[in-house]
Amino acid sequence: MPKMKMEDYLIEKKLPFFWCAGCGDGIVLSSILKSFANLGYDRKNTVVVTGIGCWGKADDYINTHTFHGTHGRALAFATGIKLANPKLNVIVLMGDGDGATIGGNHLIHAARRNVDITAILVNNFNYGMTGGQYSGTTPEESYTITSRYGHIEPSFDLCNLVEAAGAPYVARGSVYHVVQLQKFIEEGLQKKGFSFIEVISTCPTHFGRLNGMKKAPDIMRWIKDNSVSIAAAEKLSPEELEKKFVLGKFADRDIPDYSTKYQAIIDKCTAKAAKGGVTIER
Amino acid sequence: MNVISINRNRCKRCGICIEFCPVKLFDTEIDGTPIPQRIEKCTGCKLCELRCPDIAIKVEVIKDERQ
Ligand SMILES: Cc1ncc(C[n+]2csc(CCOP(=O)(O)OP(=O)(O)O)c2C)c(N)n1
Ligand code: SF4
Ligand code: SF4
Ligand code: SF4
Repeated sequence: MPKMKMEDYLIEKKLPFFWCAGCGDGIVLSSILKSFANLGYDRKNTVVVTGIGCWGKADDYINTHTFHGTHGRALAFATGIKLANPKLNVIVLMGDGDGATIGGNHLIHAARRNVDITAILVNNFNYGMTGGQYSGTTPEESYTITSRYGHIEPSFDLCNLVEAAGAPYVARGSVYHVVQLQKFIEEGLQKKGFSFIEVISTCPTHFGRLNGMKKAPDIMRWIKDNSVSIAAAEKLSPEELEKKFVLGKFADRDIPDYSTKYQAIIDKCTAKAAKGGVTIER
Repeated sequence: MNVISINRNRCKRCGICIEFCPVKLFDTEIDGTPIPQRIEKCTGCKLCELRCPDIAIKVEVIKDERQ
């Protein structure tokens, strides 16, 4: 097979991207497309499913099959696509509002079912597209358009949540740590079962502006200065860990995935049918 | 020497490449567009390319044949 390039998966004529200057979405998209190229993904055998939001617009630029779903429901559509044709590579792109707030229920159930898809959640700490409202990942005490006096709710640790729900691959990267991010995406794509990659990212227009980081490099530096590895985090107290981003791989385990188990049922029933009919076991 | 090219139609002047180049080789035009200068310092790490949100920067690493 000829060696693939990132550009083979990019609809270049649609550039420049619609995202704001310094929005992390473009960095994550590049990482994903480079990963497709490195793994030699067949465009015709790949489906990228998105929800709604600024990050949800990423499918506009991707030259594989794409499915633009409804807000919060990308994982539900992706589960259906994977079940209908388990041979497809199914990748799901969601924002934190999309995937972890309105769609949080789908997230834990997709992880529990262990559907063989790769979910890449860009966490920019707010609902970017609709003007910067707080989401389930907005840090406590930070400012958004709907928490003008400081946010009073604690935020989800999404990697913790998805790991506890049973996903075999869980990692957190950031748009600053691009080399590591690409490694996580490639590993997640190759993993059989539900892979979840959270990407700490920038929304200079809303979250950045309201939290004293108007320019993209300011938020990049904030991410850089507040990121710690899992090993370093183990040495910190809970107080010291507050407001830190722990980056690394939280789960990498082998668990039979949903499609494999479902196929086993089909095989069993087909064998029985061949012998003269299926009887329901009681 | 490496070749660093900026696609001016795509660049949104966000400043990320300028700020985080480990050898600080970019200067800025008045509108914020990065201008590669001091190119001999470029290590070819490609971090600018990888972190550009708009696929607007390409670094071609040229090996020095004399080495
Ligand atoms: C069912 C439904 N509710 C609300 C909306 C409005 N809406 C569109 S995008 C969006 C927020 C997206 O935020 P996030 O998922 O964090 O992505 P970002 O824009 O930050 O990339 C909302 C609430 C919608 N489109 N559909
Ligand atoms: S509003 Fe925020 S998330 Fe949306 S494109 Fe602009 S910077 Fe990105
Ligand atoms: S490749 Fe590295 S050293 Fe060269 S300009 Fe880019 S960031 Fe700077
Ligand atoms: S990172 Fe990209 S978009 Fe931002 S200033 Fe540099 S070349 Fe332009």
